[in-house]
Amino acid sequence: MTKALPANLEQIEVNLKKLTNQRTRSSLLGIAILILIFFGGTLVSLEANAGSFGRGIANFFNYPRDLFVDTFEMGWKYWPRVIKYIPELIITLNIALFSTSIGFILAIIFAIFSSRNLIRNKRVIQFTKFLMDVTRSFPTLIIAMVFLYLMGKSSLPAVIAITIHTAGALGKLFTEAIENCDGKPIEGLSSVGATWTQKIRFSVLPQVLPLFLSYGILRLEINVRESTILGFVGAGGIGEMLAALIQWNYGADVLACMFLLVGTIIALDYLSAYWRHKLIGANQ
Amino acid sequence: MSSSLAIQRENIRKLFPDTFKQARKSRLRGQIIFFLVLVYLIVGFFTLDVVDIPKKWKPQNAAMFVLDTYAHKDHVTMKWENHEDIKIAFEGNYRSVYGRDNLDKSIPDWFYKNSDNVGNVVEFNNKGKAILYKDKVEIVNFPKYERDFTIKLNSNGKPYLVGSEDLVIEDLKGFRITENRVEFRPTLYERIQVYPKKVEIHRYSIGWKYFWFDFSSPLEPYTFFEALGLTFSKERVVPEMSNLKLFLTEIKDNEAFMHGRVWWAMLETIVMAVLGTMFATVMALPLSFLAAYNVTPIKALRFTLRRLFDTLRGIDFLIWSLIFLRAFGPGPFTGIFAIGFTDTGTLGKLYSEAIENTEKKQQEGVQSTGASKFLQHRFGIIPQILPIFVSQSLYYLESNTRGAVIIGAMGAGGIGLQFLGALGTGNDFENVAYMAILVLAVVIFMDRLSAWLRRILIGSDQLIVR
Repeated sequence: MTKALPANLEQIEVNLKKLTNQRTRSSLLGIAILILIFFGGTLVSLEANAGSFGRGIANFFNYPRDLFVDTFEMGWKYWPRVIKYIPELIITLNIALFSTSIGFILAIIFAIFSSRNLIRNKRVIQFTKFLMDVTRSFPTLIIAMVFLYLMGKSSLPAVIAITIHTAGALGKLFTEAIENCDGKPIEGLSSVGATWTQKIRFSVLPQVLPLFLSYGILRLEINVRESTILGFVGAGGIGEMLAALIQWNYGADVLACMFLLVGTIIALDYLSAYWRHKLIGANQ
Repeated sequence: MSSSLAIQRENIRKLFPDTFKQARKSRLRGQIIFFLVLVYLIVGFFTLDVVDIPKKWKPQNAAMFVLDTYAHKDHVTMKWENHEDIKIAFEGNYRSVYGRDNLDKSIPDWFYKNSDNVGNVVEFNNKGKAILYKDKVEIVNFPKYERDFTIKLNSNGKPYLVGSEDLVIEDLKGFRITENRVEFRPTLYERIQVYPKKVEIHRYSIGWKYFWFDFSSPLEPYTFFEALGLTFSKERVVPEMSNLKLFLTEIKDNEAFMHGRVWWAMLETIVMAVLGTMFATVMALPLSFLAAYNVTPIKALRFTLRRLFDTLRGIDFLIWSLIFLRAFGPGPFTGIFAIGFTDTGTLGKLYSEAIENTEKKQQEGVQSTGASKFLQHRFGIIPQILPIFVSQSLYYLESNTRGAVIIGAMGAGGIGLQFLGALGTGNDFENVAYMAILVLAVVIFMDRLSAWLRRILIGSDQLIVR
């Protein structure tokens, strides 16, 4: 170690030290900001929360325990109840599936008109992108509430809201997929004089369809959750049932609905992972 | 030419029979799937009553709703029993009456005495006028109407349109006449209603009036920028407090748009999203290491953690928020924990997959120097997955902002609940629009912020999956 380092190595050493210092400094700054956000947020929460934090923690298990106690008391009579709510679940699933399908179709249209490699006109692209940004950013709940107010209670507001949101959310992903797809097949078709629609049909679509379907399945899973939530504000299905049961304090029935929901979501989770793996797993 | 092409095609067909069979098979499958989807869409169309949209969709309601989101109205009310006592109130609110003694609000200039010095004139924005007399209402000067109208009370005290039997249908457009009411509404912006007891006129103007300072505010006579300029002047508008303080409190305590409450609610929602995501990240980080096979050799532990993630995720944040709502009561903690628990599941799964997909060579390199297991993970795995972690967490931050609005609406408070409240009142649609725009702006801002942070932290704003 006593041996003097060559000049260039010393320079490297100095640079390394500088970089390390810089890194440490920015890390510390990042951590400081995070801590600041954490404490600020906690202060806001403590100020705004109705009940105290400590009591909340202590009460955490009360409600689930009540539910399970209610259920346990019913014994074997419980299972018919679970089955009773399956039709409601089907309504929720129907809302989700239908609006995902329609949203999927709309998203393809959005994506075609906002992809730089398909559309030359910058105005059209900007407009479609803006449209997608807006439709995607509204929480479905807000759209659904407005339509519920205007149209009265039914499942339609949920269908409209989820469709709008799905169109925007999928549209963005689809646009990325189309823009990232291989340009050579398009060139090939251009060289033999294919029309615009033919190019899309035979060069873009085969490339992106598996990806589209995989995104669509993922969306379906999200939309089942969404349609349950929208049911909670009056759009029908198991969500509405659950809201009513909670209000009436029918513990066993609440738990039955929750079981159905959790079961469905976990089942969908596995199914969608399996399908998506089949669709794109092989080449990605 | 075409025949030779056909021959060539035949030859190719003969050369690769399997390929063609395959193609036909897959095409047939595609057609079947397409057909099934079509059938489902038709079924869904009817089971979900999509056909009812035209029936349920009341254009009138929607038009009123939209009108109220961007316009405001003044009510002019005259009771027949005392025709000189005319009340002009903003949005019909009894606390916002023009020309009352306790408030220094002069009568607006669209209300004045008629040239005959008997009638009182309400002039609309389209120059149409309603003139209120002791025993009649005259409707004059409306564009697109050839003639003027008079509405009187008959001997039974019921309103009627004078000479209505001579009028053709074309002239009666805009009138709705029932036994106890004559209503004239030529466009959405003017509405004159005559009842047996009173006359009520709604005069709409475009814009959000009193957005910065409400009706009774001492700063209301000034525009926003004038008031901002006043904060620099020493002369006090009200003696009690400095102009700057007045400026801020008046905006905060605005009764019409409730900026103070709305912004506080927005802050609560953002806190829910940010702290919820932080909570989930902090929980998921160690758990995901324990659930990855290249870190944890114990299979039972991995399996348990994987199922734990699935359960946390499967119990949707809807159900989590119901449980936490019971424990914590309405407030951000409910939202923080609901988001935190759900996303611990999601992020845990994604993180552990990311850890399992790391390059083995780096870890082996560290191992070759004789480093301990802990140091191997610290220098062999963490540098590889850190960008993925950051990217995933930031990506969820944006969707959690939307989630926090929803949890809020279910009772946890924040902007979601405020929104529900404003919609529930049934006439504060400008507030509904204001909050909707605010939510939209914040969600888009969070989206941009997370993309920006991803760009400066990891050099790419695309979501890194693995």
